[in-house]
Amino acid sequence: MIEFRLDTSSGVPPYLQIVRQVEHAIRLGLLRTGDRLPTVKEVASSLAVNPNTVLKAYRELDHRGLTSGKVGSGTFIEPSRSVVSPAQLKLLRRSLHNWIRGARAAGLTDADIDAFVADARKDIPERQIGEVRRDESGGR
Amino acid sequence: MNQAAVNPAAVSAHRLGRRYGKLWALRDCSLRLGPGSVVALVGPNGAGKSTLLNILAGLIEPSEGEVRILGETPNDRVRSRVAFTAQNHPLYRSLTVAQTMRAGRLLNTEWDEPMARERFAQLDIPLDRRVGRLSTGQQAQVSLTLALAKRPQLLLLDEPLAALDPVARQVFMQTVMGAAADGEVTIVLSSHVITDLERVCDHLIVLDHGRVQVAGAVDDLLAEHTVLSGPADQAESLRRNHVVIGASTVGRQTIALVRGETPHDEAWRAEPVGLEELVVTYLRNPHQAALPGPRGIVKDQVA
Repeated sequence: MIEFRLDTSSGVPPYLQIVRQVEHAIRLGLLRTGDRLPTVKEVASSLAVNPNTVLKAYRELDHRGLTSGKVGSGTFIEPSRSVVSPAQLKLLRRSLHNWIRGARAAGLTDADIDAFVADARKDIPERQIGEVRRDESGGR
Repeated sequence: MNQAAVNPAAVSAHRLGRRYGKLWALRDCSLRLGPGSVVALVGPNGAGKSTLLNILAGLIEPSEGEVRILGETPNDRVRSRVAFTAQNHPLYRSLTVAQTMRAGRLLNTEWDEPMARERFAQLDIPLDRRVGRLSTGQQAQVSLTLALAKRPQLLLLDEPLAALDPVARQVFMQTVMGAAADGEVTIVLSSHVITDLERVCDHLIVLDHGRVQVAGAVDDLLAEHTVLSGPADQAESLRRNHVVIGASTVGRQTIALVRGETPHDEAWRAEPVGLEELVVTYLRNPHQAALPGPRGIVKDQVA
């Protein structure tokens, strides 16, 4: 069983914090295939958060294929299908290294780089993954 | 959620007003609260929050306008399905918790005694203790438990968190959210601080000077507002071409809250707005209003 916590000051919407905590727990093996997530009522009352927030998180987990919800019986962890393959990760890592080398050469500090990445991330919001509209992503 | 289409609104009010002498405590208040919603009623002290809640509870009559509670004009049967806890959780201090429960059982047609007992046990509230000797947090829990034991369809909580410390607030809201998750109850909580209610509400009503200034589903309100920061010398053209709710300029930079469409201009950087910032900006700009949201609460005619 997983216990959720919410960080009010993080700026991350509460529903997304719940989604990420489940993802994280799956990645670490704390949640495994067939495990049941706590009910919406349990989460809503333990976090003192609106039940719709929990429902939204659970719907998102369903949508991402991480869980399957069955009305009346609960929400269960699905067999994991790793979203990112090791080869893909390796490739991403290499291109990031190249970018960071370029940034260092240009004289950017660690703080500059973090700010740069955070800023660029905002241009392409997370929910648009898979449906990034390249024509509009450079608007800022 | 599908019940929303079938069930009548928990509350629908049309041009509701209440006058005390020459002073209007509430004026031209029209709203509709969908069944099952959790509504934050916020506004500064004296904005009319308690007056509105007292009218919804059937404790005072409106001076003008109409209100329907659970689809009916207020009557005894409807009132038995509405639970109201006034500010500071008033209780008979000399009664024990058990005696208070007994009074609740005798005074209400619907009464879920097992639920009440279970809650008191969970919260470690001794039944033989006099209410006046309980902590403020425990007293708040007793009055909330009494309200929930009526199995209300409309639960009205006036400034429920005002006197509570952070731990008691958390425990109180845990109980309220547990009740919300059971469904079938519409909950209205008032506060002069939105941050107290940010996590728990799905709908928002901002009252100011007796008038509804903002009403809508929280997600819709957040989605249709944007914070823009950009060059101060372009603030005027922003105001001309967009709906600017409020703006402040420091040096060469202007920060503005905009409703609806934002400029397709690289000079303005757009960021999502937080609920507190939204509420405060409206309250600082009393001539602005955001009425009706498309779902849940809409300003419309009484059905």
